[in-house]
Amino acid sequence: MSIDLSQFHQVFFEESFEGLDSMEEGLLDLNPDDFDVETINTIFRAAHSIKGGAGTFGFQVVAEFTHVVETLLDEIRAGSRTLEAPHIDLLLRSVDCLREIMNSLQDGEEPDMSLADELKVSFEAVLAGETPAEAEIPEEPPALSPDQPSNGYWAIYFKPDADVLRTGNEPVRMFRELESLGAFKAEAVVCDIPELGQLDPESCYLAWNLTVEGGSRAEVDEVFEWVIDESELSIRWVDGTSETSVTSTDTASDSVVQSADGVVTEDTETSAGDNTPYEIVPEAPVLGAPVLDAAVAEESIGNDDVANAASPEAGAATPEPQKAVVSAEENSSGDAKPAKKSTAKSSETTSIRVGIDKIDSLINMVGELVITQSMLGQLGSSFDMDKLVRLQEGLAQLEHNTRELQESVMRIRMLPISFCFSRFPRLVRDLSKQMNKKIDLVLLGENTELDKTVMEKIGDPMVHLIRNSLDHGIEMPEERTAAGKPETGTITLNAFHQGGNIVIQIIDDGKGLDRDRILSKAVERGLISESDRLSDDQINELIFHPGFSTADKISDISGRGVGMDVVRRNIQELNGSVEVESTPGEGSTFTIRLPLTLAILDGQLVRVGKEVFILPLVSIIESLQVDLGMINNVGGQSEVLRLRDEYVPIVKLHELLNVEPDNYELENGLLVVVEADNSKVGLFVDDLLAQQQVVIKSLEQNYQRVEGISGATILGDGKVALIVDISGVLKMASQNNGRLKNKDHQAA
Amino acid sequence: MPKILAVDDSASMRQMVTFTLKGAGFEVEEAADGQQALAKAKQGSFDLVLSDVNMPVMDGIQLVKELRTLSEYKFTPILMLTTESAGDKKMEGKQAGATGWIVKPFNPDQLLNTIKKVLG
Repeated sequence: MSIDLSQFHQVFFEESFEGLDSMEEGLLDLNPDDFDVETINTIFRAAHSIKGGAGTFGFQVVAEFTHVVETLLDEIRAGSRTLEAPHIDLLLRSVDCLREIMNSLQDGEEPDMSLADELKVSFEAVLAGETPAEAEIPEEPPALSPDQPSNGYWAIYFKPDADVLRTGNEPVRMFRELESLGAFKAEAVVCDIPELGQLDPESCYLAWNLTVEGGSRAEVDEVFEWVIDESELSIRWVDGTSETSVTSTDTASDSVVQSADGVVTEDTETSAGDNTPYEIVPEAPVLGAPVLDAAVAEESIGNDDVANAASPEAGAATPEPQKAVVSAEENSSGDAKPAKKSTAKSSETTSIRVGIDKIDSLINMVGELVITQSMLGQLGSSFDMDKLVRLQEGLAQLEHNTRELQESVMRIRMLPISFCFSRFPRLVRDLSKQMNKKIDLVLLGENTELDKTVMEKIGDPMVHLIRNSLDHGIEMPEERTAAGKPETGTITLNAFHQGGNIVIQIIDDGKGLDRDRILSKAVERGLISESDRLSDDQINELIFHPGFSTADKISDISGRGVGMDVVRRNIQELNGSVEVESTPGEGSTFTIRLPLTLAILDGQLVRVGKEVFILPLVSIIESLQVDLGMINNVGGQSEVLRLRDEYVPIVKLHELLNVEPDNYELENGLLVVVEADNSKVGLFVDDLLAQQQVVIKSLEQNYQRVEGISGATILGDGKVALIVDISGVLKMASQNNGRLKNKDHQAA
Repeated sequence: MPKILAVDDSASMRQMVTFTLKGAGFEVEEAADGQQALAKAKQGSFDLVLSDVNMPVMDGIQLVKELRTLSEYKFTPILMLTTESAGDKKMEGKQAGATGWIVKPFNPDQLLNTIKKVLG
């Protein structure tokens, strides 16, 4: 039977990547002077599984490389080798190397083995003195080459250990195997059977004289392979000419040997073990703040390795900057592309592990839904008006069921943010080593859950912000000591829920933002003029301007041609925001706010003519009927609304989206004031309808990208409604009306 | 039809083993570590247990010891999946009461041949 093993490759890759992650996590926890042996066991098991799987599924290169890794781990585990810091570095590098290899294999490419070979040499140097064990090669079943003339037989004397049955090795089974090799005969030797009083029914007191006409020596040996050490066994070849050949073909064994099966006493033990076919989610990391001591600088790693180590998704392509609003010159940091050799690719997984409790609650919901459906079905089959109240009750119940079911389904895609945080200890360790800084990383709120799709997209901006804190925030140890601070700096990652959002903070206790430098730089670049009086927060905001970088020299770490503007844009694409607070001398806090899921949106339905559009509720500030006294004309063309002490440009949605409205005149319609990218705009619509949660469907996937529209949804009456992309509308409006300025004006 | 309990902490190995065995007509249950396997073994009755050696929570050697203390698994064949060609794990397994072993890496045919040997 031949089975195509490639069907298991995807699962193998996924668990291997998980294994590599847990190896990395374990290795980062290891401290040569004091470590938990269970950590080593976990790391060893992961390597061992990868090796075993790789061998089975035909990835010989992985199996061979992992073999040396495993050997070292095994020695440390067994205590025959003392763990030293260089071992940890070497093992971490091999984790990276394996990741690269697996990535290539997963993409169906030939992996680059140069680094692996290099590391192998290092491993073998470490293991020197021991002969490195050969990588195991699958054993071929022995070829059928009888090493004896065809007329003759094997004469075998076999006396198994008395405990042979207790290991599940039934002699009968071996006889059956021998029988398959050729004509077979068994004769029991019963002289060792004790008196009934001393007889232990579970022991084997028999020996046998066996003859087999056929089979090679190797085949016969294989039959006894599992018992040979504990048995008396002699096997010899008897030439057919010297003995009468055996012709009996019926097996005598069954009548001779008492099968031990009959002795088994039935014992009905039950246990409360779970019998569920689902995967159980691995235990979430314990709540708390594991502190990583990243200050173990011993030998420096080559820059290349750091570059590789620094971002697991190495070389994530720098997003293409859209049309910059401000005509920035080239980045001061230069467009130095990181020297990476791996191809950019998103490491999006295709499967997800779900906790059993989530599945259970889902099944409960569906059960309730079925009950509601059958109740409504009964009502419908014989409906008259006096059942109206019950119908309404049923519909209310249906609504309740649907909402709960929707929430539960959404929860399936929620994962603890530790999945995203887990790569940062390594990043901080490697970078701080490279920069000779001492930094502790503290992780808080690791169990905070968020949607998998959001998690996949937030990794890169976070990497950038952490790099930034490391590079610009935390001072050198001597600087810190001079400033009366502990020489080890602290970077804290904190995640928590706030309303319908998840908030992620990157907090450092470094020197804070240098406002004077930011100001002078901004003036130099013409972002502001000398006379502008900015508040501290406004100065801090400047760092998110495209092309703004205060790095004096291009460092390997943050001078990557990616500025904070890109970080902000990436986060805004997820409908999120990022802000910075900073106290000079005490540190900075970057706060990212994100919606929990990208799939559902609280929307405000608005009507323009016959069309219904949806505005994201989060961006709406207020809605008002227009009083003509509040409208000013600017330059005879565009109209602005005076709202308390600022002027808000008015955008007529029907003009922008090219639909036929009921009202062309402002006083008959409504204005919805929305905000995005720190600008406000008043959208002119005919009417406000309901507010409801809508499920976002991608317009791009089903049709094409449309400017000013972020997606579509299907309303209760089956109609399709488009979701307005507020920042897109702002861009379109500013292109129409020249620059949209959003400075506070003193209303005269 | 014989029932087999396949124990391995690697999902891909479990899948491969299960797929192979089911394809050959066996009934298969899976467990991801020794403790799960023990619970399943107590609940059901299996004609053969296939177990990896290195697993979290409870390893294969301990599983064999535990199974052998249960009267209904006193004589049940238990095969260890092992890569240790060094033999120390084989010995440990045998002392614990394992029937035999299958050396990893193995292909589906080797697995089936070995199992057919044991189950006849």
